[in-house]
Amino acid sequence: MPEFTLRIRRYNPETGAAPYWDRYTVDLEPHRSVLEGILQVKDRFDSSIGVRCSCRAAICGSCGMTINGKAGLACHTHLSEAMSRSKDGTIEIQPLGNMPVIKDLIVDMDAVHWKKVNRVTPWLLSGDLPEREHIVPRESMVDVTQPMACIQCGSCVGDCLAMEVDPDFIGPAALAKAYRFVGDPRDVQHEQRLKDLADDPHGLYTCTHCFKCIEACPKGVAPMNQIMRLRRIAGQDHHIEDVNNGERHEEAFVVLLQKYGLLSEADVVPRSYGGNGLTGGKLSPKSGEQVFQSLPFLAKAVLRGKVKISQTLFPHKLDSESLAEVKKIYKDVKGREERLELNLYITGYDEDGDPTTSEAIPDNPNEKAGATA
Amino acid sequence: MPSHDVLIIGAGLAGQRAALEAAQAGASVAILSKVHPVRSHSVAAAGGINAAVKVTDSWESHAYDTVKGSDFLGDQDAIEVMCREAPGEVLHLEHIGVTFHRDETGQMDARAFGGASAKRTFYVADITGQAILHVLYEQLTKYSDQIDKYEEWFSTSLILNEDGSCGGCIARDIRTGQMEVFNAKSTILANGGAGQIFKPTTNALICTADGMAQAYDIGAELMDMEMIQYHPTCLVSNGFLITEGARGEGAHLINGNGERFMSKYAPNKLELASRDVVSRAEQTEINEGRGAGPNKDGIYLDITVVPKKRVHEALREIVNIGKDFSGVDITKEPILIRPGQHYIMGGVRTNVDGQVPNVPGLYAAGEVACVSVHGGNRLGANSLLDTLIFGKRSGAHAAARASDIPMPQAPTSRLEVDRKKLEKIISRERTGRRISEIKDELGTTMNKNCAVYRTEENLQEQLEIVRRLKEEAKTAAIDDKGTIFNQDVLGALELEYMMKTAETIVLGAIERKESRGAQSRADFPDRDDEKFLKHFTFTESDSGPVLGEAPITFTKWEPEVRSY
Ligand SMILES: Cc1cc2nc3c(=O)[nH]c(=O)nc-3n(C[C@H](O)[C@H](O)[C@H](O)COP(=O)(O)OP(=O)(O)OC[C@H]3O[C@@H](n4cnc5c(N)ncnc54)[C@H](O)[C@@H]3O)c2cc1C
Ligand code: SF4
Ligand code: SF4
Ligand code: FES
Repeated sequence: MPEFTLRIRRYNPETGAAPYWDRYTVDLEPHRSVLEGILQVKDRFDSSIGVRCSCRAAICGSCGMTINGKAGLACHTHLSEAMSRSKDGTIEIQPLGNMPVIKDLIVDMDAVHWKKVNRVTPWLLSGDLPEREHIVPRESMVDVTQPMACIQCGSCVGDCLAMEVDPDFIGPAALAKAYRFVGDPRDVQHEQRLKDLADDPHGLYTCTHCFKCIEACPKGVAPMNQIMRLRRIAGQDHHIEDVNNGERHEEAFVVLLQKYGLLSEADVVPRSYGGNGLTGGKLSPKSGEQVFQSLPFLAKAVLRGKVKISQTLFPHKLDSESLAEVKKIYKDVKGREERLELNLYITGYDEDGDPTTSEAIPDNPNEKAGATA
Repeated sequence: MPSHDVLIIGAGLAGQRAALEAAQAGASVAILSKVHPVRSHSVAAAGGINAAVKVTDSWESHAYDTVKGSDFLGDQDAIEVMCREAPGEVLHLEHIGVTFHRDETGQMDARAFGGASAKRTFYVADITGQAILHVLYEQLTKYSDQIDKYEEWFSTSLILNEDGSCGGCIARDIRTGQMEVFNAKSTILANGGAGQIFKPTTNALICTADGMAQAYDIGAELMDMEMIQYHPTCLVSNGFLITEGARGEGAHLINGNGERFMSKYAPNKLELASRDVVSRAEQTEINEGRGAGPNKDGIYLDITVVPKKRVHEALREIVNIGKDFSGVDITKEPILIRPGQHYIMGGVRTNVDGQVPNVPGLYAAGEVACVSVHGGNRLGANSLLDTLIFGKRSGAHAAARASDIPMPQAPTSRLEVDRKKLEKIISRERTGRRISEIKDELGTTMNKNCAVYRTEENLQEQLEIVRRLKEEAKTAAIDDKGTIFNQDVLGALELEYMMKTAETIVLGAIERKESRGAQSRADFPDRDDEKFLKHFTFTESDSGPVLGEAPITFTKWEPEVRSY
């Protein structure tokens, strides 16, 4: 039986001693989980190691921890996979980040994770109840099943970069939970929920799109994607102002591409801040201010040849045939009745020939970012 | 000392549903759980929940299927209550936010399940238990003014008042090691099942029979304990469950010779016969040398016959389980499974309001309880229903009882007893066997001697093993000498609970000299209605478990030959 060396970070506040590392060797098949490794250590050598676990099958959400530098479930990480990330031939196991440690691998989820979840009014706010079930589109329920699949394991929270900088940031799991309600047609408070999140200085716009939560999440919830969708719904459907201007920034991309077929870098900043209209855009005072602030950045762009001064006035463009292709795509998409929000559950295979489900289930967690079609 | 109208021990579906109902009835509620509520084992339920919601279905049909599934051991009054209230409960869940799968018309969709004569299993992909559990937790948060949550508190024993009623429990705050008396007018047990008595099992590590043993300790009866469900589709590699939803969606069972053998055992329902029938069929195939896989000890479950899109939409969790825990892509190739311990039909005897007959003020609901709606064999997707209906009814009754009586002055002497007991365990010399060793021996021997097929000889052997291990458990060595998150000492308590409960399981199996539902005696292969159309119960005494009997309640359905 192959052997693996586990290095487990130990800490017990009762002893007054500083944290230290314990090293154990276990013999298990490589496809067995890191949790099985830890349990073997507990069973054979030291049952005082503090670790939360219950289901062993990646469904109860107990065993979130940091394994060779990455947050995830111990029961959902194969020993071989953990080893492939090892620098020194051992599997290094420590508690999740961004949360205080209670003992060994056990962190205080209440103090951080659950407190944040409670900030999103985590229950359905429904209107008048029908006599039987709510009649809702099939896709909508499949859609919210993605955030519903969150098992509150805290792995995303443990690895969130924005939270390291701003501990008050509401964080990926809570925002995924928020989408679970905003995406649910039975909830009647979408706008208020989004306003609250937008007004919160540590809310919807604090995420820096680092992808860490998508990588950490064992359940394919892809919190960052849910965050992007929340932002899009806030901006497009409820005209909630994005303090970071992300939405107008996105809109600028969309408009520029439609117009020229190519991104006119010089135009992005003014449009992002001033809007895409004629009186807004380049000529608005707000955009002037931003362009001024962005001057050092723009200067670099000019130096690197990314932006040509001439382009500010005469943006580069695709040839007319290609441009017509681009415009056709825009027309197709905008002509659709409803915006299609695709997610993990609305997936399938091309061979099944269903147009709404032609996305293969991604092994790669960086599934398209919430794909507005 | 925390003091509440209603104290609920356990925060799975049964416990949370009880808490919600009691709070809505105006009671002050405490809900206590040894793990965070959403970590409770209900979270693992995959397939769905049964209810005759569709206008084309009827609760009577659901009730008949359940009676037949139980092999006529279920109490029909309780089954009627459960099936009649089922549609209302499922709609209630929908109203509070469960994202049930819809059909093209936007109505809730149902899938087929074993032993059912209609498609009546409502589901959320294959995370139904998780979806319901998390939505109930949302509701507990909403009612947080009335519901005090004690998360990561371990109940060590129930309190018996001087007048013989239950006055709450003693519990230990796992984080700090502090012990408290929880005083209550009504106490509801919702501790879940006992699967860890077996190895392998589909049950989580926390399913250690705590509630059964604690109720038994203060005089409650344990009923139908011999009825242990082996689920037909558990991974050979590690015992994990593949939901019955897979067969509900059309998957086949194939033996080592490539035959779809269920036609021999259940010509009409095939793979969708009730679980006891399918598990026995698989075990027979394996025993007679027609097993599949390298050791011929498994059966192939072939999901490739289900359209891929449907698999990804409705069985995604098992795609992951296949991939992560067995290295098999279930959409491309069959996966090796076999029967594995899954559920205990027996438990603390209650009536339809969850009341424990001989201990006033004590209620039980969910897997810890035996109402008995499942009798000799539980139908798939009837357990979630059981937890919710009887959780709700217990919550309502417990709250009503509480509004009529003053707070009992629970004796606090028990606190000292438990505190000393834990201290003693913690300071034990490390001379005994390790907890893990004893537990392992219990599990593997139970799975050998008290499994799908049982014989007098095996059962007697097992009784001796359990009684020996019960003694060894008293001196089991523990490593953790601390107070903060000392899981080791709790493991020692759990081991004792499991031993006590295992003893009644084996005794029940010895007593029932017939084959009914999950109890298949190789030495008594037939059902014997003359002698055994009754429940067996056990109560504790100084000289060991005392056998008793309870009648089965019949309403509409007379026992008949059971075939699928
Ligand atoms: C893998 C799997 C899949 C399943 N799928 C289905 C399905 O599709 N449909 C269906 O109907 N059924 C299914 N079942 C069965 C069903 O899930 C369970 O029977 C049911 O969820 C039990 O719920 P419960 O509320 O009684 O207990 P649990 O959910 O087990 O909760 C028990 C609670 O008690 C607490 N507790 C226990 N002991 C103590 C103590 N000493 N102190 C404090 N707290 C304590 C625990 O912390 C927990 O909160 C499945 C079971 C398994 C194992
Ligand atoms: S993408 Fe956003 S929410 Fe996710 S980890 Fe990065 S900063 Fe945090
Ligand atoms: S979003 Fe994923 S990683 Fe984050 S808590 Fe939920 S399941 Fe865990
Ligand atoms: S033990 Fe349940 S998620 Fe890992």
